[in-house]
Amino acid sequence: MQDAIDESSRVDAAAGRPTSMRVLVIEDDRETAQFLQKSLKESGHAADLAGDGETGLSLAETGVYDVLIVDRMLPKLDGLSVVKTLRTGGVRTPVLILSALGDVDDRVKGLRAGGDDYLTKPYAYTELLARIEALSRRAVPEEQVTKYVVGDLVLDRLSHRVTRGGEPIILQPREYRLLEYLMKNAGQVVTRTMLLENVWDYHFDPQTNVIDVHVSRLRSKIDKNFEKPLLHTVRGAGYMVRDGAG
Amino acid sequence: MTVLDRLGASAWTSTPFRLAALSIAAFLITAAGIVGFLFWQTNNLLTEQVLSGLRAEVQEMRHIEAAAGSASVAEAVKARARPEGPGLYFFADRTGRKRAGNLSRLPPELEGEGGGTFRYERQAGDQRLAVALPVLFPDGTRLLVGRDIEEQRVFANRMRTVFLLGFSLLSVAGLAGGLGAGRLLLNRIDQINAASRSIMAGDLTQRVPLAGSNDELDGLAQNLNMMLDRIEQLMSGLREVSDNIAHDLKTPLSRLRNRAEATLRDGGDCDAYRAGLERIIEEADELIKTFNAMLLVARLEAGALEGSTEAFDLGSLVRDVAEFYEPVLDEQGLELTVDVGDGPEIIANRHLVSQAVANLIDNAIKYGRPDAAGGAGKISVSLRPLNHVVEIIVADRGPGISADDRERALKRFVRLEASRTKPGTGLGLSLVSAVARLHHGTVRLEDNAPGLRAVLVLPLARQGTSA
Repeated sequence: MQDAIDESSRVDAAAGRPTSMRVLVIEDDRETAQFLQKSLKESGHAADLAGDGETGLSLAETGVYDVLIVDRMLPKLDGLSVVKTLRTGGVRTPVLILSALGDVDDRVKGLRAGGDDYLTKPYAYTELLARIEALSRRAVPEEQVTKYVVGDLVLDRLSHRVTRGGEPIILQPREYRLLEYLMKNAGQVVTRTMLLENVWDYHFDPQTNVIDVHVSRLRSKIDKNFEKPLLHTVRGAGYMVRDGAG
Repeated sequence: MTVLDRLGASAWTSTPFRLAALSIAAFLITAAGIVGFLFWQTNNLLTEQVLSGLRAEVQEMRHIEAAAGSASVAEAVKARARPEGPGLYFFADRTGRKRAGNLSRLPPELEGEGGGTFRYERQAGDQRLAVALPVLFPDGTRLLVGRDIEEQRVFANRMRTVFLLGFSLLSVAGLAGGLGAGRLLLNRIDQINAASRSIMAGDLTQRVPLAGSNDELDGLAQNLNMMLDRIEQLMSGLREVSDNIAHDLKTPLSRLRNRAEATLRDGGDCDAYRAGLERIIEEADELIKTFNAMLLVARLEAGALEGSTEAFDLGSLVRDVAEFYEPVLDEQGLELTVDVGDGPEIIANRHLVSQAVANLIDNAIKYGRPDAAGGAGKISVSLRPLNHVVEIIVADRGPGISADDRERALKRFVRLEASRTKPGTGLGLSLVSAVARLHHGTVRLEDNAPGLRAVLVLPLARQGTSA
């Protein structure tokens, strides 16, 4: 699927994880919840479980969590109400809503209720992990960041200028936004779907490897004439901008 | 059970027969009433005629007696009483001895004061019916004036017999007719029932036979057949859909399984296992994508747009999607022409329209490559606003889709053979078609000579309406 550049820059998906997160999983299906708990633990995060909306709400209100994973359909109190109540109570913990409902307006409803991201079942665990890791970063208001720096690659958000090793790199507007998103989540896996949703605002599966082609174009601009690759492909997951191949 | 029994049993429980029997009964009762009334009236009239004749004669006799005494009454009786005539007389003195008349004796039925009917013997063995009025004169003599009504009695008897016979005949004929008509109707209904039963048992190709008489039953059968056609269509549609779903999920599932098995069997070092597992995850992701696409199509088919629409510039949306795919086209050596300006503004679900346009372009990329010697592929994207609609046209120079397959390609969950070997869910056109339907638009697949020209037609927002 990918060409030679990808092979050389392949990194381990588990490498370079950000600091460990404390995650609350509010999900009524025990097996799913336990799978998530185990997987998160293996990824270096701690996860608590809540089997219904009320328990989940009272746990989440303690505010000790970095990220909440909330299923939409829950006994006692549904997921959207949990999120709404939390937001009304001033709890700003990032929320990823899980749902079997995948219509675009379901997503809009989820985000309107105060969710930060929305993932449709069935999902790949790597997708979920990438998303909650991206969410945990959101605690820093991104408007205040004027510059992203990864190694010798610098993206200036005020002048929209990109340089590497001091040399200017000319990017198309879309390429700029792609790099901006990747650098904002530097050190973290960014899935193709995340790129599709956040850079293009498309909520569908483009079927062909369009994202890969866009990324490989971007890579040819920022990595081609430099010894050390910064834009890495994470097999089975997505991409990562990172200084050093580990 | 004999044939007749069965006939009878089914006849008694059948609606047409019961209706026939009921109408015949009603008819017979009414007819009997009318005939009975007629009979009674006629009888009355005849009796009245006879009685008034008798009364006149009695009056006449009283006059004779008052004027000339009982001797002249005897004379008059002698003159009138003929042995075989209709007039009957018996004149007796005070002791009851016969003085004149053609009756041999006072009938026992008329011993008392009143008149009435009685039987007498005209000749030996000839018993006849008669009616008589008695007269008691002041000198104690008694006269009985009578009339022979045997002929009326015979007439009445004959009438009764004729009526009874007629009614019996009518009843029998009516019942037989009802039974026959019912049987005829039942046969037709039985045919319909038999056909329904075998259809219920699963033979959807069966049809209700028509009698060709163009009557109500034929109409019913025709409607049933049309209903069956529709059901068969829906059923085969459903079967096709589930077959397609099964195929589309089974193939990647078995591929997934084969990969896992191959990884296990081939063994090797940690890296080999890792590579195998990574490929398995990729495969599983493909499966999830297919599944999501199916869910989306199913949901669009069942869904409504309410609440999810917004106004946006279709031109810029189409340009954006084309630009999104441009690197892929570039990479694959396909030429892309985008002839799309700004506008028109439409009210629709922006995400779904993006997806539909993306699918059309994606489709053109996958299948729009000319055959081996065909040279460079060209894909053109254009927009054509018409009166009430806007057409989004994506055309390629590939082999196209044969006219027969075009309609099928737009159906739910249908993958044409060609798509099964290409990456992707193969549900692209199904989805475009579902999006179009949801927006009250259409999709046309046309010959681009050579190539395929897909036209997505969306209604333009009408002034003053918002979805």
